[in-house]
Amino acid sequence: MPEKRKFGFETRMLHAGHIPDSYSGARAVPIYQTAGYVFDSPEYAASLFELKQYGNIYTRISNPTTAVFEERIASLEGGTGALATASGQAAQLITMMTLMNPGDEFVASSHLYGGTYTQFEHTFKKLSIKVHFVDPSDIKNWEKAITSKTRVLYGETIGNPQGSVFDFEGVSALAKANGIPLVIDNTLASPYLCRPLEWGADIVLHSATKFINGHGTSIAGVIIDSGKFDFSNYPAISSPSIPYHNLNFYETFGHYGFLMKARCETLRDTGATISPFDSFLLIQGLESLSVRMDRHVQNALGVANFLKNHPMVEWVNFAGLPHHVHYDRAKKYLPKGAGSVFAFGIKAINNNPRETGKKFLENLELFSHVANLGDCKSLVIHPASTTHQQLSDEELKRANIKPELIRLSVGLETIDDLLWDLEQAFHAISR
Amino acid sequence: MGLGTSLSCDISMNTRLSADEIRKYQNSELIRKILHGARTIAIVGLSDKKERASNFVGSYLKSEGYTVIPVNPLKHEILGEKCYPDLASIPVPIDVVDIFRRPDEIVNIVQQAIAIKAKAIWMQLGLVNREAADLAIKNGINVVMDRCIKMEHGRYNGHLHWAGMNTEIITAKKVSRFI
Repeated sequence: MPEKRKFGFETRMLHAGHIPDSYSGARAVPIYQTAGYVFDSPEYAASLFELKQYGNIYTRISNPTTAVFEERIASLEGGTGALATASGQAAQLITMMTLMNPGDEFVASSHLYGGTYTQFEHTFKKLSIKVHFVDPSDIKNWEKAITSKTRVLYGETIGNPQGSVFDFEGVSALAKANGIPLVIDNTLASPYLCRPLEWGADIVLHSATKFINGHGTSIAGVIIDSGKFDFSNYPAISSPSIPYHNLNFYETFGHYGFLMKARCETLRDTGATISPFDSFLLIQGLESLSVRMDRHVQNALGVANFLKNHPMVEWVNFAGLPHHVHYDRAKKYLPKGAGSVFAFGIKAINNNPRETGKKFLENLELFSHVANLGDCKSLVIHPASTTHQQLSDEELKRANIKPELIRLSVGLETIDDLLWDLEQAFHAISR
Repeated sequence: MGLGTSLSCDISMNTRLSADEIRKYQNSELIRKILHGARTIAIVGLSDKKERASNFVGSYLKSEGYTVIPVNPLKHEILGEKCYPDLASIPVPIDVVDIFRRPDEIVNIVQQAIAIKAKAIWMQLGLVNREAADLAIKNGINVVMDRCIKMEHGRYNGHLHWAGMNTEIITAKKVSRFI
């Protein structure tokens, strides 16, 4: 038997998941903007609803355009399959609701996106699911937090605003030893810079709104499963499913059991579904992912080096710089670059970092003041004067947000123009 | 099917087999040839319980046009098909023997399959018996191990793709079905 070629990352960015259909031959992926699908017969419809046949029933559960995005991102992350969702927050919610029952607990790194922190801390409480946050810098903190009720370990490839890089080998070994799946948010790296499944993670999540879409046009999320975690004794996946006549998802779908349960139960019932048009935009984004990420990384390094040497800058938290505590770890897990999102501290004028940061943002011309990241365009935000402006200095400190912190998402503009913009804004506020 | 080398399906994930064994027992060309050529599939250990994996596989294969013959000594009829207590009792030629039994029973099942001149042995997802596989191959019978026949069929006819699965099929050619 001939050996099959294993195609490269860039080839799969363009081709995985889409076979031109024999009817139209359309080269681009068609947008199937439909809610329902015609059944062949009542018997066929019944077998679809019982999951005895794979097929489309209703776009809340699956859609042919979305399926192309799902298979493509699964191929790029090296997973067994994927499930697209309406947002990154929905990807987290669906993953955790599929993996856990009321009364269960999980352990998460405290170096998390703020929206994730809030969802875990407050909304999950309503589902009787308890989170334990740990300082991820010491593996012993993870170890101490694990109990007999722990069902998931959770972290981000690149944590903000610290710019920390996840200890994949340490935490995945701990997860394996305890029989707990490791779930990683890979949003800030994208599968081009880091593939957590290759470093022992079991499930990967993205806010696909960011680098995957790449152009700031869609809100979307995605869940990718390695298929390698042994769910045979994991209650939420291997116990009989009452809505499906006691179907055991692990026994029936094997390594695809988690994703089938996530799709056919949790996505079906939460309804946090992506629209086919947004899936199309994500597919367009993936086609240029490697090219964009190479330039993102190059520009981010240029901006970080400029800031590091600037007299108006207190500190720069970018793991791509040699002084960062995780520089070596970034070289290992993110060999193509430590992403393009990082924070720096602006030197306070008149001992007022909040006002200094605010003025700096007002004077920027090219960086867009936006609560998003991973766009082709460079973005900036100053939490102390925007998202967290209602907090007092004391409260800010407790929320671990420094008043001088400015977060950048470095885009693809001409690098000299980005440096010019930063310099002219520093100049304007120091006059 | 004119797909030539443009069809890549290196089915490498989620198996306990070594790289050499994957090439031997999970080869995509072999799997497609078996699924394409088969008409009659005997399922050893087919359950009559609707929620069991074997029942899912049997009903799927029936709906995809295969003749399914249940082998289960405790039942008379499953999925509307007459049940046989063992392979030797089946009066028609068998193309594929699909196995849903414990690994230590598989050598015995392969011996029966050799006697009735079955063309292929298929050990379901999670089942590995190397002794049985060697025995079958020595007797000219193709072997697939640690794979689900329903999932593999769905992989090549495109249905599994609709469920978000990584089929590992990459081609720029116009095709609707690979089986």
